[in-house]
Amino acid sequence: MLERRVKRRRDGRYALKLDADERELLRSLPDQLLELLDTNDPVLTRLYPPAYAGADDVALEAEYRRLMGSDLEDRHKAALVTLRDTIDAPFLTEEQMGAWLAAINELRLVLGTRLDVGEEDSGEVDPTDPRAPTLALYQYLSFLQDQLVEAATGAL
Amino acid sequence: MAPAPTTLPVELEEPSTDEVVTLDRPWLVIVWNDPINLMSYVTYVLQKLFGYSKEKATKLMLDVHHKGRAVVSSGTRERAEMDVFRLHEHGLWATMEQES
Repeated sequence: MLERRVKRRRDGRYALKLDADERELLRSLPDQLLELLDTNDPVLTRLYPPAYAGADDVALEAEYRRLMGSDLEDRHKAALVTLRDTIDAPFLTEEQMGAWLAAINELRLVLGTRLDVGEEDSGEVDPTDPRAPTLALYQYLSFLQDQLVEAATGAL
Repeated sequence: MAPAPTTLPVELEEPSTDEVVTLDRPWLVIVWNDPINLMSYVTYVLQKLFGYSKEKATKLMLDVHHKGRAVVSSGTRERAEMDVFRLHEHGLWATMEQES
């Protein structure tokens, strides 16, 4: 059985029990995505969904995008910066925990979109699949995200 | 709380045309199913952002999962925009539309 990676303590902080290998795996990811966020890569569409989906709301959507688009980008980046800056932390505050949840999810959204994953893509990775290394990383992040959610749900 | 009035005020003024109160149809905030967000995470986000109970958040999450979408909140356009923004901040695929 896999050991719990995240545990909420009585003082409200979260103990992060990640192996050195796991922290190394995570280390380069925030900077990679921060760089990607400054490009026009179509994969980023997933991080900026439209607010107004209706055919009659095109003008409202343009206005929303103008007013809120950079705020959303700032929030995405802030979460990734916190993840990067606390990658070796033994404990996370509630606020840092929120940033980890958001940042790990951003990474999953980008990787999952690149991989074009389906809902059933959570089982064994076929080692001969050329997507295997990325799929393995995606599945590790899903595992970690689930652990973070379980710990954070205890604080609600 | 004040009781409901049983008679109309005598001097009820006609509203002037530039002060018409519009009771707009509410805006609905919708979360859509996607293959990436974890079910546990979606439930957590709905609890955290809207203060919903675990039961209510789980029911909405399952609606999203099985029906493809669920209305998670409704209100004024400004309020709906804020809810959509916070859902996007958390990576959920959320849109808003006025109730028809």
